[in-house]
Parts: sequence; structure tokens; C-alpha cells
Amino acid sequence: MSTDSRFVHKIWQEEELSKMVPGGVPFPMLSDGGGKIGEAYGVYDEESGVDIRGRFIIDPDGVIQAMEVLTPPVGRNVAELIRQVQAFQHVRATGEATPSGWQPGKVTLQPGPALVGKVWQVWKPEMAFDGEKVLA
Amino acid sequence: MTEPKESCVKPAKGVVDPEITAPPILATPPQQEARKMLARVGKPAPDFEATAYLNGGFANVKLSDYKGQWVVLCFYPGDFTFV
Repeated sequence: MSTDSRFVHKIWQEEELSKMVPGGVPFPMLSDGGGKIGEAYGVYDEESGVDIRGRFIIDPDGVIQAMEVLTPPVGRNVAELIRQVQAFQHVRATGEATPSGWQPGKVTLQPGPALVGKVWQVWKPEMAFDGEKVLA
Repeated sequence: MTEPKESCVKPAKGVVDPEITAPPILATPPQQEARKMLARVGKPAPDFEATAYLNGGFANVKLSDYKGQWVVLCFYPGDFTFV
């Protein structure tokens, strides 16, 4: 979603995006002319008149589970977005909690009295870095 | 999603919220109400209706059309920008 019109979205898709993604991007390219939707999501910048880079994960009940807002020069990390969607889907399906750095298949936490003060036994700081060796 | 009637000027319909779009009872201008940021984690995503380019055509898309599915909503500064 941007403040561009659907006409501009069409030409961007045809002239550029379809050359990066075969067949073009498959999702709706939404137009927020006037920025009213961006305003409601806290990402409309009145000074420049555009929506800044904001990303929201919305669950099947329509509830916002995650949001990330960046200033324009820094792009997003799509792998991290996918990891967060997988984590929220896992939490919704199981009621478990996913610790820092969680990836599908990695250890989850069962919040409750038995875990208080015992997280150190099941989760180590290096697991926050996706299994990469960080302590040289 | 419905096929919009084409015209050159067709603003996004914007936020769908009965409390905001209802006729103002007080003398407060409605625009002032609509400026409130509504998005919070753990709270319902503000519903909206917007025009869109999709599958080679134009469409009206409502967020609430996607109830029952996971949705990633991305805002960005503009088409043909660089990042």
C-alpha cells in the first residue's frame, strides 16, 4: 500500500516488478491516496505526504500481532517477516511461546509456574542467533 | 472485492469504522477524529477499503474480506522508489 494511484501501481508492475518477479507480484497493490489509511496505522508522514515503511502481521481474527516501522532508506528483512508469521502461527496452533531466535522445529517454551527461574535450563543465549556460533 | 467504476479521481475510501464515519453529533470536525492512530499490537486492525491493482485489473479491496486468513499489510513510500 502506498499513496500512489492504482494506475501508477499498474505501470510499476508492468514496467519493473514483473522483471524482478515472474508474472509480477501476486497480491493486491493498494492505493492510499490522501494517506487516511496510513494515518490510522501511524505510518503517514504529513511532511512528505507519503506512507513510510510500515509492516503489520494481522491474524485470521483481524487482530494485529506484529508491527515494524522503518524510515525510508532501510529495507525490510523478508526472512524475518516469514519467521515471525511462522512463529505466530505456531503460537496460535499450540498455545506455546517461542523464545528469542526461534525457528520452526526449535525449542518452544511452556509458560507457567514450573518454568519460572528455569528458562536458563532450556534456552541458551546463543539460540537467539539462529544457531550461529557467536561466542568465539 | 468489487470491480470499481472507473474514473480519473477516486480517492481511497479509507478507514472503515462506524464510530469515525458516523455523522458527528458534536461540533467537532470529523477529520480531527479520523487522525487518531488506531493500530496497536493485540488490538483489532483498523478496517479499510482501498482501490487496488490486482491480477491485471482494478478492484476495491477491504481488509475485512481477508478475515480467516493471515495478512501481511505493507506500507511503502512510493512506486519506483529505490529500496
